[in-house]
Amino acid sequence: MTAMRDAATRAGDRQPVPAGPWCDRCGEAAASGPHDGCAAARALEPPRYCAHCRRRMKVQVLPVGWSAICVEHGELRG
Amino acid sequence: MPEILDQARTQVLENGVGLDQAGVLAVLNLPDEHLTATLQLAHEVRMRWCGPEVEVEGIVSLKTGGCPEDCHFCSQSGLFASPVRSVWLDIPSLVEAARQTAATGATEFCIVAAVRGPDARLMKQMREGVAAIKAEVDIQVAASLGMLTQEQVDELVEMGVHRYNHNLETCRSYFPNVVTTHSFEERWETLRMVRESGMEVCCGGILGLGETVEQRAEFAAQLAELDPHEVPLNFLNPRPGTPLGDRPVVEGKDALRAIAAFRLAMPRTILRYAGGREITLGDLGTRDGLLGGINAVIVGNYLTTLGRPATEDLKLLDDLKMPVKALSATL
Repeated sequence: MTAMRDAATRAGDRQPVPAGPWCDRCGEAAASGPHDGCAAARALEPPRYCAHCRRRMKVQVLPVGWSAICVEHGELRG
Repeated sequence: MPEILDQARTQVLENGVGLDQAGVLAVLNLPDEHLTATLQLAHEVRMRWCGPEVEVEGIVSLKTGGCPEDCHFCSQSGLFASPVRSVWLDIPSLVEAARQTAATGATEFCIVAAVRGPDARLMKQMREGVAAIKAEVDIQVAASLGMLTQEQVDELVEMGVHRYNHNLETCRSYFPNVVTTHSFEERWETLRMVRESGMEVCCGGILGLGETVEQRAEFAAQLAELDPHEVPLNFLNPRPGTPLGDRPVVEGKDALRAIAAFRLAMPRTILRYAGGREITLGDLGTRDGLLGGINAVIVGNYLTTLGRPATEDLKLLDDLKMPVKALSATL
């Protein structure tokens, strides 16, 4: 649980950037190729996949911010 | 000056009568060299018939994902391989979202649910949520819950929901290419009931679904026939896993031409920037649209994607000397 929380939003950042083996937008392996398109899209999207385990997360977008919950790795906020 | 702009200056600007389908099509087909003049005329029409105020709104998803309908643009359909999972927002979080929206100066807060139509659980959540917001936050509450029965229309009126959003999405002739699980006419019927109830009608759609320019003009004419209080104008933001996930985004100049054309079709409506403007128009295009017929914005995030920070839009409005419509002006 704590690993993802530690990697979550840094003060002042608009988008948290969790590090992990999976792309948090498309759910493919982060090392499988460039994810430049995913990274660009993430400027205007919350994450959808847990970067640590590839599970689809429960994401709630709010007028200001969002939250994304992985059943295994906990909650991210942005 | 193209003949259609001369005609629009007399008919729309001076007399307040919107262009018909043929007129809208003529505007949509104007070459790029006339785009500036077209936007300028649309802006004059907006200022003449609506005034300088801009209506600011925030939206939130009360129930996300898992929708049984197959709207081909939507990442919340449960029928596509979209990464969006089903999630419900609790009442305290809903009230907090309304509070955050009001803090931006917005006068409208629209509660949205990804459903064919509301069931008893959703109506109960709405009743509790609307009551809690009205008790704690000074903001107008709107709703978008899909297709309604007459009883549900009456119940929303009783709750104090003042405006109901139900987009036609695209024109009648193209609708079956976008949605197959319900019809254009079913949506129209809900809109008819909403209008008769006294709630304000909010109805718009999405450009860039694969419709032709002729069908864009058809759509504008059908919206004008409906005569909604508000028209939210979205531009397709192709969503992964949806049937339209690989479509190109609308060209910026085409988007601006459409904004002006829709304003010339509906001189008095609230024409709102909604989803997709960030990727279609960027910052400069957003400014051009506000000077080309737009007089309302959704600020902050959308339902499943993120928008520009509200502060950036509010600064832009300030730079353009466009006052945010006050709550007292909406009551």
